[in-house]
Amino acid sequence: MPRARTTTDAFNAVAEPRRRQILDALAAGERPVNDLVLLLGVAQPHVSKHLRVLREVGLVDVRDEGRRRIYRLNGRSLKPIHDWVKNYERSWNERFAALDEVLDDLTKKEEGDGHHDA
Amino acid sequence: MGTMTRSGGKAVVTLPTDTQVKITREFAAPKHLVYKAWTTPDLIKRWWGAKRGVVNLAAVDLRVGGKWRYLAMTDRGFVVGFHGVFQEVVANERLVYTEVYEGVPGGDDDPAVVTLTLTESGGRTTLTSLTQLSSREVRDMIIKSGMEAGMQDAMDLLEEVAVSLI
Repeated sequence: MPRARTTTDAFNAVAEPRRRQILDALAAGERPVNDLVLLLGVAQPHVSKHLRVLREVGLVDVRDEGRRRIYRLNGRSLKPIHDWVKNYERSWNERFAALDEVLDDLTKKEEGDGHHDA
Repeated sequence: MGTMTRSGGKAVVTLPTDTQVKITREFAAPKHLVYKAWTTPDLIKRWWGAKRGVVNLAAVDLRVGGKWRYLAMTDRGFVVGFHGVFQEVVANERLVYTEVYEGVPGGDDDPAVVTLTLTESGGRTTLTSLTQLSSREVRDMIIKSGMEAGMQDAMDLLEEVAVSLI
C-alpha cells in the first residue's frame, strides 16, 4: 500500500476554530475574501492571515479575477484531517454525554446528603 | 433519563501545535465531582466506554508514580486497552499522566503525556485535556489508521483512534 500523503503541514491549520469556519464556508463553493469577511464577521486582516496559512499548507487555492482574489477549497488535502478531527470530537462528545449523566447522579446524591465537601 | 440530565455543552477540539491535541468542555457540576468521576474506577466504568462498549477494567492508583489501566470491549468484540503512569496529582484541579495504547509495539518507549486541568466558576467546571504526542510520525500514524479503516469498522476504529489520544 502506498504511503499516505503526509498530514504534517495541514494538521494544525485545520483545527484552529476560525480556520475551520473558513473551510466550512468554502465548502459550498469558491468565494472572494470580502464574502468571507462578511460571513465570519471578522476584520479583513484576520481573515487574510488565516487564508495565508491555509494556502501555505495547500488547503485552499486562490485565483485572481480582475481585482478580486477568489479562494476555493482544495478538498483532497483537507478531507482526511478534517474528518479525523470531527470524528475525534464526536467520540469525545459521546463520552462526555455519558459523563454528564454520572455527574448528574453525583450532584443529586450530594444535595441529598445535605453537605458539600469541596 | 437522558433528557433530564444537565448537559455542560459541546466539546471543542483544537490542535495548538503539530503534536498537541486539546479538548475543552464545560460541565454543569463543581470540579470536585468532575474529578471524582474522572478518577474513581466504578464511575469511570459508567462513562468511558460511552455507548460503544463495556469497560471491563478501570484500575487507578491515584498518586505520583501510580499506574492506571482501562480495558474495554467494544460492541464488535474489539478489545481496547490503555495504561499509563501519573506524573502529577493535584486533587480536584490537575492531573498529568502518560498514556499508552496497548497493541502497538513500543508504545511504552515514547508515551503521550496528558495534562488535565479543571477550573470552576459559578458551580460549573471547565475541563481542559491537552495531549502531547511524542512525534509528528506518531500523530500521522494515528490519523492514517483512522483513514484506512473501511466504513464498516469505522466506528470501532475511530473510537480506538480517539481514545489513543485522550
